[in-house]
Amino acid sequence: MLALEMFRSVSRTMAGKAIGGRMPGVLSGFAAPLRLVTIEEPRVDRPGWARLRTRLSGICGSDLGALSGRTSLYFSAVVSLPFVPGHEVVAELLEDCEDLPKGTRVVVDPVLTCAARGVEPCAACAAGETNRCERITVGHLSPGLQTGFCKDTGGGWGQQLAAHRSQLHPVPEGFSDEQAILIEPVACAVHTALRSGVRSGDRVLVSGAGSVGLFATLALRELTDAGEIIVVAKHPLQKELARTFGATEVVDPGEVLRRVRRLTGAFQLEPEFSSPYLLGGVDVAVDAVGSKQSLETSLQATRAGGRVVLSGMPAPADLSAAWFRELEVVGTYASARSDDAFAKATDLVATDAVQQLAKGVASYPLHRWREALDHAHSAGRLGTAKVAFDPRSSQ
Amino acid sequence: MSRPGFVLEVDDRTPPLVVHEGLGFRLEDGFPLGTRVVYPPESLPAVPDVDAAIRDALLHPHDSEPLPALLFAGMRLTIAFDDLSLPLPTMKAPDIRGRVIEHVLTMAAEAGVDDVRLIAANALHRRMTAAELKHIVGERVFRSFYPQGQLYNFDAEDRDNLAHLGTTDKGEDVEISKRAAESDLLVYVNVNLVAMDGGHKSVGIGLASYNSLRHHHNAKTMVHSRSFMDHKHSAMHHSAWRMGRLIKEHVKVFQIETTLNNDVFPKPFDFLQKREWEWSVRDQATMLGVRRGLAAAPHKLRHKMFHDMRSVYGLTGVNAGEVEAVHERTLEKVHQQHLVEVQGQSDVLVMGVPYLGPYNVNSSMNPILATCMGLGYYFNSYRGQPVVRKGGAVILYHPLNEGFNQLHHPSYVDFYEEVLAESTDPVVVGEKYEKQFAHDPWYIHLYRTSHAYHGVHPFYMWYWAAHAMDHVDEVIWVGADRRAAARLGFRAASTLADALEMASGTVGTSPSITYLHNPPHLLADVR
Repeated sequence: MLALEMFRSVSRTMAGKAIGGRMPGVLSGFAAPLRLVTIEEPRVDRPGWARLRTRLSGICGSDLGALSGRTSLYFSAVVSLPFVPGHEVVAELLEDCEDLPKGTRVVVDPVLTCAARGVEPCAACAAGETNRCERITVGHLSPGLQTGFCKDTGGGWGQQLAAHRSQLHPVPEGFSDEQAILIEPVACAVHTALRSGVRSGDRVLVSGAGSVGLFATLALRELTDAGEIIVVAKHPLQKELARTFGATEVVDPGEVLRRVRRLTGAFQLEPEFSSPYLLGGVDVAVDAVGSKQSLETSLQATRAGGRVVLSGMPAPADLSAAWFRELEVVGTYASARSDDAFAKATDLVATDAVQQLAKGVASYPLHRWREALDHAHSAGRLGTAKVAFDPRSSQ
Repeated sequence: MSRPGFVLEVDDRTPPLVVHEGLGFRLEDGFPLGTRVVYPPESLPAVPDVDAAIRDALLHPHDSEPLPALLFAGMRLTIAFDDLSLPLPTMKAPDIRGRVIEHVLTMAAEAGVDDVRLIAANALHRRMTAAELKHIVGERVFRSFYPQGQLYNFDAEDRDNLAHLGTTDKGEDVEISKRAAESDLLVYVNVNLVAMDGGHKSVGIGLASYNSLRHHHNAKTMVHSRSFMDHKHSAMHHSAWRMGRLIKEHVKVFQIETTLNNDVFPKPFDFLQKREWEWSVRDQATMLGVRRGLAAAPHKLRHKMFHDMRSVYGLTGVNAGEVEAVHERTLEKVHQQHLVEVQGQSDVLVMGVPYLGPYNVNSSMNPILATCMGLGYYFNSYRGQPVVRKGGAVILYHPLNEGFNQLHHPSYVDFYEEVLAESTDPVVVGEKYEKQFAHDPWYIHLYRTSHAYHGVHPFYMWYWAAHAMDHVDEVIWVGADRRAAARLGFRAASTLADALEMASGTVGTSPSITYLHNPPHLLADVR
């Protein structure tokens, strides 16, 4: 089968790390440790596993981070190279999988938990906190925190992959593939909203209006009693979408502190040779980008005792505010079964706003992967909600 | 003998005319034939002996006992004075206020008064720096009072030092400086640069808190102030007068008002206050040099060139005594200096907005202040009826590109970015946002401890322009940054011809045009 494979290449990873962030074209040119290959279909001959044919698979910010070498080496211990990326997947079963008959269209919860690995449930999995599974490197699978980072399961950027029944969620009738591809990222946003600890009337800042930020905004608005939701958006369409998804205020990145200060009546301080920060601010900030600047903005705009939620994969940043203002910094990774996140996400994806957004999903065949990555890098500017691969397509 | 103001009609022989536009000016040769150009009167002769005039005013006040008779040992004496928003440009030292204060203090000392406080009546304006205070009161007074904390800026947010004197018959709160309200005598020293200043506006506004000011500094009052250069027809002044009369019931006010002539531009810029066709060869050479210099100079240098300018005003009068009696005489002098008779309204009013207004002394003329200057102060420089007809067009010259001074105008940035982005209607923005800005603790902190205008101040600037916005259908800025003009709710044009073309949908293709040639200041008496 045809698949895109991420492989070990120190030189390409270094090159991507050095200049990929500034020149994404380089990344999709020579510097990406990615290749289009013909490989054996992945197969896991264990109970509960089945083969799937990929219909669509999204390109996530974490995929771009991994390809550009921006992802921390912390994660090198929980992946197994070479692997086929792609953890946002809509696929159809090529064989029966327990109660799901062959041909069922499903979306994949990518976390490879104890159930998928065939080991006794760890404490987290037993509690339904499947995204916190402590056995992601053991069992009958190679290490891999998710489908799309494990060499045994394959990923959505290939024509086929393997998945365990515990990962599969049937797609409701009437959903297009483009809608369905948004269920997994929206499930992550559901988890983010539930982790944010928002209380009734709380002011929330969402830093970033890519798909992570937009879906977080939607989930916060629909699943919490948040008061004002201030979204930081760079591009015109993102601003418009943020309002549609429930933002009460949309601000440019350069004016976040000023606007938050105004809205909350906070005091602004100007430290020497450093960026300004607030005494006071929002109750909860969600960093939906993960860059140093975005994370520091979130920290600097949150009131003392408030909560900063790391939704984007975080870059190193100045944590002084977290110490000085006694902030609760919480991570939010993937989604947990106990949240019933996929069911909630499916409901959210059925809303008119997301249906409209799904019409803007751009899909590429595998062989045009360079264009697809270029597009994904510029998705915000170009007003694209999601860029995805359609391995069935040859056009 | 100075010549009166007059109205020139542009014809074939009219030379290019000076139009101010921020940190510079242009020679506009595009005025259509027949355009009326209103020139201010030439400078009135100055009082020859300023000290004698001041002393005479204090000893022979109007409707009041002489100042020495009001002073006695053991009394509490407060001397309040106008802040740096007057005069414009700043007066070359010694400032007339300092000279008056010296005389008052001399008489107080002779009477054995030792409980004296000097308060800058800056209301919600920014706190002045020590250097700015020193410039106004003079070196000697500054050294005697400032180090002891007896000379200071009024703080309208110092709740412990405000006194609520009651409400007027219209329900307006009167809340002023406690020290002033509880003094045995409050002496107010003013500079009555234009007709809007002085009278009950001095104490009733200069020493008042937001609680008082909100009653007349709002869109509704401003729309009904026609104009606020004519206090008898100004709703804002009516309110201030009601408040002033209530203040009078609580504290004895001895008002000292001074009037200045039109010597606004010192050398080498003095050609700017001459009529263009009367420029000597030397004036023309200077003009050329200044223009070349300004064109080549970076923004900072141009800013310095203009803001370092100190005017050599001459004193035209000083009156003291009871507030209203004094102000009546003051206005006579102001009118004598500024009033120009204009026959009828026109379809289009053209004005050049200069580098300076009351709220950007040593600071930046940001787009909101430029609007206030053009559509507020200059548009309202009329008596009788506006120079432009109802539904007409206003064309203003200013680049609107100076940006914001973060030290002086922090709330202006938010007003511009957030409030004006939502609406430019003074009523709408006032109702939704004024209180938020007025009570914002950060703005209050900056107002009290830094040198920031009060949080509500940009709203007042917008209200000043409310009458003009209500009156005309079209406002076009020549040479302005288009994005800034759009944010303000206006349009920008490259040239006067373009602006007239843009306005033709409102006023037709052959409109009558009037250009107010100021500064120096003028007041159009529109018949």
